[in-house]
Amino acid sequence: MLLELEGVDAFYGDFQALFDVSVSVGEGETVAIIGANGAGKSTLLATGAGLLQPRSGEVRFDGEPLRRIAAHRRVRLGISLVPEGRRIFPSLTVEENLRVGGRVRRAGPWTLSRVYELFPLLEPLAGRWGGALSGGEQQALAIGRALMSNPRLVLLDELSLGLAPVVIDALYEVIGEIAAEGTTVVLVEQDTSRALAVADRAYCLLEGRVSLHGSTSELTRERIVEAYFGGTGKRRT
Amino acid sequence: MNWVNAIVQGVLVGGLYALFAAGLSLVFGVMRLVNLAHGDFAILAAYLAVLLADHGGLSPWLSILLVVPTMALVGFVLQVLVLNYTLDSALAPLLATFGLAIIIQNALLESFSANLQGLDAGSIETESIQVTTDVAVGWFPLLTLIAAVGVLAVLQLVISRTALGRALRATSDDGRAAQLVGIDNRRLYGIAMAISLATAAIAGIFLGIRTTFDPSAGPVRLIFAFEAVIIGGLGSLWGTLVGGIVLGVAQAIGAEINPGWGILAGHLVFLAVLIVRPTGLLGKTAPA
Repeated sequence: MLLELEGVDAFYGDFQALFDVSVSVGEGETVAIIGANGAGKSTLLATGAGLLQPRSGEVRFDGEPLRRIAAHRRVRLGISLVPEGRRIFPSLTVEENLRVGGRVRRAGPWTLSRVYELFPLLEPLAGRWGGALSGGEQQALAIGRALMSNPRLVLLDELSLGLAPVVIDALYEVIGEIAAEGTTVVLVEQDTSRALAVADRAYCLLEGRVSLHGSTSELTRERIVEAYFGGTGKRRT
Repeated sequence: MNWVNAIVQGVLVGGLYALFAAGLSLVFGVMRLVNLAHGDFAILAAYLAVLLADHGGLSPWLSILLVVPTMALVGFVLQVLVLNYTLDSALAPLLATFGLAIIIQNALLESFSANLQGLDAGSIETESIQVTTDVAVGWFPLLTLIAAVGVLAVLQLVISRTALGRALRATSDDGRAAQLVGIDNRRLYGIAMAISLATAAIAGIFLGIRTTFDPSAGPVRLIFAFEAVIIGGLGSLWGTLVGGIVLGVAQAIGAEINPGWGILAGHLVFLAVLIVRPTGLLGKTAPA
């Protein structure tokens, strides 16, 4: 297993966001994490990227425990998070954003020119300030920036949030290409159908707990709806 | 024609103000830390040069080669061991650096007494070029301005062109996102403070050659540096140079009107800029 979370409890102050969460992701897999707003999806990614330390439980990368390894050192190990809201550096140009992403010189297929090949829209914008991009351009740049470190594991948080459907289609195509390079992808999404279409397996979170997991071909719509909203039948948005 | 001379002298002293301000501005930009001990570190550097002159017979120019790296190391260690732990709150860095300022002033007072000190750079201190009958440009003030422009140019180049500069700007934009591309913020803050105190050391030694100083000379340098940064606009190094020069010229013109009004005139121009253009003369119009 490339990434394993085992019995993870995570807190923001006194608020517990994850309860005994166990997730495992194999090398080369694409795994979707779905669930409603506030179910703990982003927290799960933050725990993997090292932005949040679990209070109990174990996080392992390629079999090695990640406990006490800071976020910036995890990038060197090959974990790269594309954060919610893109978090592009506004006072760096597009190309500088990519170069700063590549400052961790890991070996691998991704270079500046390969990223421009993957996102042809970025190349003509190379000299533009990061703060002057549209949402879709920013999301492309954020993915490109993450790839520049040649990660073994890419964590994508809320890829489609606030973007036009046509832009989302293009981004999901790219995820397929990234996975085809052998990179492991963990995808957090509220747009369940898109995430399930691209993923090999999926975990559904409900109020900080894993409510369902399995390969996407086995998960029926009924089971997902139940796991997504909870078994009581109450609907939440 | 004395006015022309006042303006020329003001421009020249503005370079020194910019030299003090550059490091203050850098550290604020990268980690939102206001170093209240910045002026005192500059004075500490000047005292180190005094020590090297008294015991090693080193000229101030040679002592720069030793004092600047020493102060850079002090900055790095201070940041990594102390100041990094204060950055989570807004008040803690102010209290910590205010405390440091008091510690430095009192340590200097204990070690060197309150007597005025100076650095002797030889005849260059008094030589000047007579431009017209009324206007003379001192070699040393001119050299100070050139040094300031040089230091700012190097800093600008590092920040805009190098990998270190990219990392500094990225961290300044979004420290959390910077961690996600593998930047060790705490180490980077150490490097920023090292650069800051290195420039403060250069400023302190130039000040020590230009004028006499005592252990309590730091805070007023800090105020002038603040004013230069604010007048020029936060986040702009060339703005800092402009701010220093505007402050220097304002002080010179004020002193020309009445010898007691120099510093007051500087403060008034500072306040006027704050009212009319709070982002500074070259600052971004909207806070980033």
